[in-house]
Amino acid sequence: MEIRDRIRRGEMSALEAVDEALRQLDVVNPRLQAALQIFPDGARTAAAAIDRRLAAGEDAGPLAGVPFTVKDNFCTLEGHTTAGSRILESFASPYDATAVRKLKEAGAVCVAKTNLDEFGMGSSTENSAFHVTRNPWKTTHVPGGSSGGAAALAVSTGGMIHLGSDTGGSIRQPSACCGASGLKPTYGRVSRYGLVAFASSLDQIGPIQSSALDCALVLETIAGADPMDSTSRDLPVPRYADEAQQDIRGLRLGVPAEYFPEGIEAEVEEKVRAAIEVFREMGAEVRDVSLPHTRYANPAYVLVSAAEASSNLARYDGVHYGRRSVSASGLVDMYCRSRGEGFGAEVKRRILIGTFVLSSGYYDAYYLTALRVRNLIRQDFEKVYREVDAVVCPTSPVPAFPLGDRIDDPLKLYAVDVLTVPANLASLPGMSIPCGFTSEALPVGLQIYGRPMQDEIVLRLACAYQARTDHHLRAPPVCGWRGGEEGG
Amino acid sequence: MSAAAAGRDPLESTRFEAVIGLEVHVQLLTRTKMFCRCEARFGTEANALTCPVCLGLPGSLPCINRRAVESTVRVGLAFGSEIPLLTKFDRKSYFYPDLPKGYQISQKDDPICKGGRVEFFVDGEIRVARLVRIHLEEDAGKNIHVEGRPESWVDLNRAGTPLMEVVSEPDLRTPREAGDYMRMLRQVMLYLGVSDCNMEEGSLRCDCNVSTRLRGASHLETRTEIKNLNSFLNVEKALEHEIARQIRLRETGREAEIVQETRLYDPDRGETRSMRGKEEAHDYRYFPEPDLAPLVFSPEWIDGLRATLPELPLVRLGRFQEDLGLSAYHADQLVRDKEIADYFERCVESYRQPQSVGNWVLNALREELRSRGVGIEDIGVAPERFAELVRAVDDGAVSTQKARDVLRAMADSGRPAAELIREMGVEQISDDSFLRGVVQDVIAAHPGPVEDVRRGKRNSINFLVGQVMRRTKGQANPAMAMSLIDELIGSPPAE
Ligand SMILES: [Zn+2]
Repeated sequence: MEIRDRIRRGEMSALEAVDEALRQLDVVNPRLQAALQIFPDGARTAAAAIDRRLAAGEDAGPLAGVPFTVKDNFCTLEGHTTAGSRILESFASPYDATAVRKLKEAGAVCVAKTNLDEFGMGSSTENSAFHVTRNPWKTTHVPGGSSGGAAALAVSTGGMIHLGSDTGGSIRQPSACCGASGLKPTYGRVSRYGLVAFASSLDQIGPIQSSALDCALVLETIAGADPMDSTSRDLPVPRYADEAQQDIRGLRLGVPAEYFPEGIEAEVEEKVRAAIEVFREMGAEVRDVSLPHTRYANPAYVLVSAAEASSNLARYDGVHYGRRSVSASGLVDMYCRSRGEGFGAEVKRRILIGTFVLSSGYYDAYYLTALRVRNLIRQDFEKVYREVDAVVCPTSPVPAFPLGDRIDDPLKLYAVDVLTVPANLASLPGMSIPCGFTSEALPVGLQIYGRPMQDEIVLRLACAYQARTDHHLRAPPVCGWRGGEEGG
Repeated sequence: MSAAAAGRDPLESTRFEAVIGLEVHVQLLTRTKMFCRCEARFGTEANALTCPVCLGLPGSLPCINRRAVESTVRVGLAFGSEIPLLTKFDRKSYFYPDLPKGYQISQKDDPICKGGRVEFFVDGEIRVARLVRIHLEEDAGKNIHVEGRPESWVDLNRAGTPLMEVVSEPDLRTPREAGDYMRMLRQVMLYLGVSDCNMEEGSLRCDCNVSTRLRGASHLETRTEIKNLNSFLNVEKALEHEIARQIRLRETGREAEIVQETRLYDPDRGETRSMRGKEEAHDYRYFPEPDLAPLVFSPEWIDGLRATLPELPLVRLGRFQEDLGLSAYHADQLVRDKEIADYFERCVESYRQPQSVGNWVLNALREELRSRGVGIEDIGVAPERFAELVRAVDDGAVSTQKARDVLRAMADSGRPAAELIREMGVEQISDDSFLRGVVQDVIAAHPGPVEDVRRGKRNSINFLVGQVMRRTKGQANPAMAMSLIDELIGSPPAE
């Protein structure tokens, strides 16, 4: 991470790094609307404090002075934590999410919170209650979602860290749409404490950067056991940045036929197959594998995630915090109106689906069946991972699509997630990196799946690919850093 | 249960009987709450004991309190429950202002304890109620309605405190049995030290499921549930009223009016009332809590907890009777309170006269505790010292009456009995030759009463004993004085 090294070498102060980040946000945000909140004053104060510590010869942390943004479903002491929803529009968190705290403890400085689909529900960032975000490659197109704001900034700005969250592809799919490098770590690798929950058994936090190596560096900082999250795993955190730069010769890659489904865009398939050839040239073994239950993944995902969401979102009831309807009379009316006014259409749809599938009489047929499918998907991967070290495939069957194109057809929108949800269902690490551009100059994402808790293998493959290619270095038309020195 | 003086009491019905099952909620005594690190205690400013987790703030996650799990396992072991090696938590969903997450973390399919049995006494006879399960959950907060104010308030200090639910089979038949079952639960909880069982603060609350049927029938009829009873008396009274109501309906052919519903007990009006209208058919939509991995126990861990179980009340009761020779009544009285029983045993260790020690613990000591309004741990008299006092009484070194004064002084000063007896001048004189001299003097001084005694007027002997007491400033051993008077009057004076 160049910005980190420059601050470390004294070529740039933390305040200059933050000012540069704020300048870039000033340039791109009016056109992309990727950030929901920007904190110039707080960020400059924090940067100045870092500079004082550096001047005093103190160790200000491994990421001293590096600016960062988080998706607005991370609890932060800065600003509001809206989760992209009206219902939390004015909610101020009294605490930092663990991942945010770890970045701050490493010396990084929070400069902004990024746009998202409400509560992470969506694949285009069009479900944000506040505004849409535009794709930096083509502003008539979506940036993907739900971490659309983070992905748009990851390629249109430089010298920043961006954290997103991924429940069914919400880091990887927008990374593919924007040509960013986004990692969804293994479930349990990064503490979820302070991430506004969508679906607890699927949610995971990860970085979205312009390079895989930067992702490794960020993961190194935010990974690890957290006493506040009992689903976080107490396993040693590897030096991911070092691990990521190891040779990939001899690694065995599986290419699942099911991940090139009917309806995949020809250009996507072509670029991904070409990328797989690059791995072969670099000494990886490539073989065909089968993940036979893939086609059931998306329906299972819709049911499991909706069930958990219906419960996780029950707390937004207007009683204790967040939006309370002013026109309510009586308790039940207050619940109905506060939730009715506060939630958007997609969120309501998922709450309804989730409530339905958990209802007595339907629980076995829907929820339990979905859990059984989830188990089959897990087993598919376990079987495949006996013969390969990683799976490579497209991130999404389609590149970024025009704004408004799919938003009125939920099934068409859910279909975008079909290749990313298996990683969440099977608790695997998954990453998207750019592997080329369509004739319309839209990025295409290559997806790499690894074994649970072998995030470093995924990062190693991604880094090796990026050492041989330059797709990740291309600057989009809307760009705050082109001409500057940052980019790494 | 008192029989009604006039008219037919439905509870005395020979045709019908009641079938009762209890769900008892026990507040566990842990330092922190069930799923966060907030202190679990009462009597603080509203919402002072809260954090993002128990407030249900966005992004917060639960973490299991190991201590609460251990307590529940210990209770299960005490009642002979099966402890499955895997247990998990579930979410129970409903909306209510005192439930900040919109769901309660509870346990549905895999409770910590399955089965078990509670043995208890009713009128000296042993009864058994089987348990269905014991599980762990979090308590809700409290809604506060201020008289005359349009808005309501919520205090979440109690939200997230650990609550253990003990569910019995419908094995209880009378309100008295239900009360005694619950008393035994309380006793065992206190023995295990898992709850303070303070009923005024709601540490022990009970829901009663009750139905009625033809006596001797084996099927179950429609049941009603009486919710949230927080004293033994209320449990018994509420059941009496509800059973009487159901039997009256049966006797008059209106059994169709007994419907499955939740009822509330109104102690002032002495009746249970339907909550109809308030209670909608709830679908709690239970599903496994995804924020908590299932707990897996090792048999060794469970055995380790088994080793921490104290001797339980019923076992101790048997031992007090058989090994220490106490009466059933005294044994029962002593066993009821673990602290009292422990104290008693330590006394007996240093002075092996269980019956007199038991008497003194149950009478003088308990009275002293009552009048001071303190627990036994605060009375400031070590069991060894208390045993010395009992020994002094038994040895005749101090009178029963004066010994109570000495006990008070011991509690006040923390000093040993012997010292205080001497200092207070209440030593009882049991020295034979000394008392013999005093008695001879009294006989010489009161020939009239002596003559009366010789002629069989026993009343006059009390006068003579009184004279002996007067001459010894009340310190003479009265029993010895009396036998010496008898002896000396009955035999010719030595000369
Ligand atoms: Zn708390």
